[in-house]
Amino acid sequence: MAYVPLAVLVPMLGATFLAAARELLSRALADAVSLALGIATVTLCAIALAHSVDHTIVYWWGAWTPRPGGVALGIDFAFGPLDAGMAVFAASLTVIAGVFSWRFLAEVDALYHAILLVFLAAMVGFSLSGDLFNMFVFFELMSVSAYVLAGFKIDQRSPIEGSLNFAITNSAGAILALFGIGLVYSKTGALNLAQIGDQLGRHGVDAVVVAGFTLIVCGFLVKAAAIPFHFWLADAYAVAPTPVCILFAGAMSELGLLGVARVYWTAFAPVLDPHAEALRWTLIAIGLGTAFVGAAMSLAQHHLKRMLAFATIAYMGLFLVGIAMLSADGLAGTAIYVVGDGLVKAALFVCVGIVQHRRASLDEVDLHGRGRDLRLTAGVFVIGSLAIAGLPPFGPFLGKALVEDAAAHGHGLWWMPAVMMIASAVTAGALLRAGARVFFGWGSAGQPDESSDEAEGETEPETDKPHDHTPVLMWLPAVALLLAGLAWGVLPGLADAALRAADRYVQPNVYAAIVLHGAPPEPTTPVSLSASGASYLYGVGAVVGALMVAAAGVTRLRAVDATRPLFAWLRKLHSGHVGDYVAWLTAGVAVIGTAFAITLR
Amino acid sequence: MSVFPYIVAGWLLLVGLWGIVTSRHLVHLVICLSVMQSSTYVLLLAVGYRHGAKAPIFADIPSGTQVVDPVVQALTLTDVVVEATVAALLLALAVQAQKRFGTVDPDELGALRG
Amino acid sequence: MSRRARLALFLPAALVLAVGLLWSFADLPPFGHYSGIYGIVLGHVAVAQREATNVVSAVTFDYRGVDTLGEEFILFAAAVGSAILLRAQRGEDAAGAAAERSDRRADVVARPVRALGAALVAPTIVLGAYIIAHGQLTPGGGFQGGVILASAAVLVYASGQYLAVRVVRGVAPIEIADALGAAGFALIAVGGLVFGLAALHNFLGYGISGSLFSAGIIPLANVAVGVEVAGGVTLIVAEFLDQALMRRRSG
Repeated sequence: MAYVPLAVLVPMLGATFLAAARELLSRALADAVSLALGIATVTLCAIALAHSVDHTIVYWWGAWTPRPGGVALGIDFAFGPLDAGMAVFAASLTVIAGVFSWRFLAEVDALYHAILLVFLAAMVGFSLSGDLFNMFVFFELMSVSAYVLAGFKIDQRSPIEGSLNFAITNSAGAILALFGIGLVYSKTGALNLAQIGDQLGRHGVDAVVVAGFTLIVCGFLVKAAAIPFHFWLADAYAVAPTPVCILFAGAMSELGLLGVARVYWTAFAPVLDPHAEALRWTLIAIGLGTAFVGAAMSLAQHHLKRMLAFATIAYMGLFLVGIAMLSADGLAGTAIYVVGDGLVKAALFVCVGIVQHRRASLDEVDLHGRGRDLRLTAGVFVIGSLAIAGLPPFGPFLGKALVEDAAAHGHGLWWMPAVMMIASAVTAGALLRAGARVFFGWGSAGQPDESSDEAEGETEPETDKPHDHTPVLMWLPAVALLLAGLAWGVLPGLADAALRAADRYVQPNVYAAIVLHGAPPEPTTPVSLSASGASYLYGVGAVVGALMVAAAGVTRLRAVDATRPLFAWLRKLHSGHVGDYVAWLTAGVAVIGTAFAITLR
Repeated sequence: MSVFPYIVAGWLLLVGLWGIVTSRHLVHLVICLSVMQSSTYVLLLAVGYRHGAKAPIFADIPSGTQVVDPVVQALTLTDVVVEATVAALLLALAVQAQKRFGTVDPDELGALRG
Repeated sequence: MSRRARLALFLPAALVLAVGLLWSFADLPPFGHYSGIYGIVLGHVAVAQREATNVVSAVTFDYRGVDTLGEEFILFAAAVGSAILLRAQRGEDAAGAAAERSDRRADVVARPVRALGAALVAPTIVLGAYIIAHGQLTPGGGFQGGVILASAAVLVYASGQYLAVRVVRGVAPIEIADALGAAGFALIAVGGLVFGLAALHNFLGYGISGSLFSAGIIPLANVAVGVEVAGGVTLIVAEFLDQALMRRRSG
């Protein structure tokens, strides 16, 4: 089982090597070493995934297996296919981000690679850990390296401010989570998730459970950019180097949701399960609110990366809806959705990076029609935008369809598929509108009144000046990611496997028996899951809707103008002021906490 | 006053938040974040305290003596390092903000809006 | 938002949060009557299992060593990160070099300060090393000792030898120390695997409780952490001092 600790230790040791030897390493050598280490980590995580398919893997660091009676002395990594799968996905995106950086970032040395590897180690550790405080440690490690990556372009103004907003908001969220961990520890005398679940299950819900759960969940939701904690994300993702955005948008935010899911199902489900219905409604409200704020804000953007950042927020909301079902089918759908969406979104970020490389701009108005001869990029961008809307048979379609089915059939929320369809149509419509303007020159060129503040004087390129051609190491990742997104949707047996894994995930007593008492794995029952016929209609509906939104945006219908005050108001709320963000954070915790306090009794 | 130490922790948390929300200077803001983080030290250490118990160092007390919870102390140690590193990075960003914006007042940064 | 609007949002929320926290505090075990099983068990078994009289060290470096592994790399990331975030930009290089040439701290630092600073350097280093070496026995360890060692470097600066620090030793060795310290802890974790045990499992003899060489890998971990903390903190301080030098030059 040495592959479990090595999945974390290999990138860590690699990072120290790159930092120590940086004076000796040429750029090419540093690139090569970090690529090799990234691939090694992907391999180790893939081995972990393969082993965990049949039963939950538990690895006790220092061999501190629990004492009889189920008292954990040490820290365990305990994971199933969903956790290990997330680690594989995060590691793969890191490799792709690294490859894309080769030609994209002109001025980096080995320290950049070192931080990237530390970030990778943190994501893997967080994905696998089975200990509440240890999750916090890896969460902070992820945050600290992410702050550095977000602020990497220190010669410009907006990365400094974006990274500051990111770091302050996320640190405040992490402190709240740690406060919650302290409360839970005082109640249970345990930090191991299974043991906490065991202890909490013996008592009923009390104020400490509600407060602890609120604070921990809110801490993770800050990372997952749920409203009203989402403000920092657009700032950070819009300013981070584009290769890093692939990782942030594809894996880091999603790990916040993984944190919520893990903590709920291992530690809190035993005590909160009777209140699942109430909890579901609170989470659905947050999820849908996030989806629509993200969708509306992406429509209001002209800065391409900021638009993709808000699109990320919109899809985080939909993922949260999937988790909110608090059931195996919803979780399975979400897991597939996260990876499918992450792959396609990464392809879109790479496309934006190519535009930036070639045209030294990121502004939709400024770029109007200037992308006409970037045919391949245009193709990937348009197909990717349609895929992200829910075009069958791409990966995002499959995930979205399964979540919709879980909501409509599993929980009687018949309206949910339509609502999700609208949210993804609006988000993808914004992307398609931008694509139509940039790559095809449709619509009128400049509407300076629409040009967002942050675009003015802040379009300094990451790569110094426009380049004449697109290097193969840029267009290849874009195409490969899009094809991977397609393959993810048609991989035979994927949905069945996800449901099997999710079935195990949602059983805290089985998890606790394996972790604390070394119980033999339960035989898994074969299950089958596939997208329903209706979901194809919703998928096509979302694509048609996205095209309509894009057409309305390009042609500037009068109806579009009528909505302008609403957007103006919404955009004003996104003030870029960190004090506002933390005030919203406090308000969010207060509201969510009140909702939990009222309903979880 | 069996809850007084917990109230101190809660107070530090809220007063730190208040400071961040109203701050007009990034360095002040970073200190407020540290105040907020110190609420977790107080909470953790208060949680693990037991009346009449010794420190968990058995160098000069017989084994079997009742000691306070050593786990929360180890957690606090980790917590302190986290706080110090985040503060270092934020201060580095504040230095850069002063260079690029010519100010460290969050009210006057404003490169990112809408 | 205006200041007023921000407070209108924050204050009611903070009030709700305060009420919620008070409500939960009432349900906590009363202060001083904690009976969590984790700490009690460790308080009983740690000395016997690991021959470490400082149970906090045993928890930090052995039972919950993975936390410390992550923490080590948080510090490593912060040290590397401040080197990245404070790296010199175009035009600043020249200014910095000029500042170094022209800067003669010795002229501005009062002589008694220099003397005192210089006199304290050696005792500080000894104290740091002592605290690190006795981490498994008495309060202290790699973190505490490492910070003391780093403060020795700050003393060198305070006594006007900053240029000596930069020019003679350079930043590179500090960076390497920082990286090696972090790598050292990770390698201790790998050590368990090499001996066919679990990662972070003890692979040394435990020695006799209370002696300098006892508690298995814990002293080794303390040394790695001490090197890492001393290197990391010194690196962070050096990066900030660089900025101070440049500012003084330009301003």
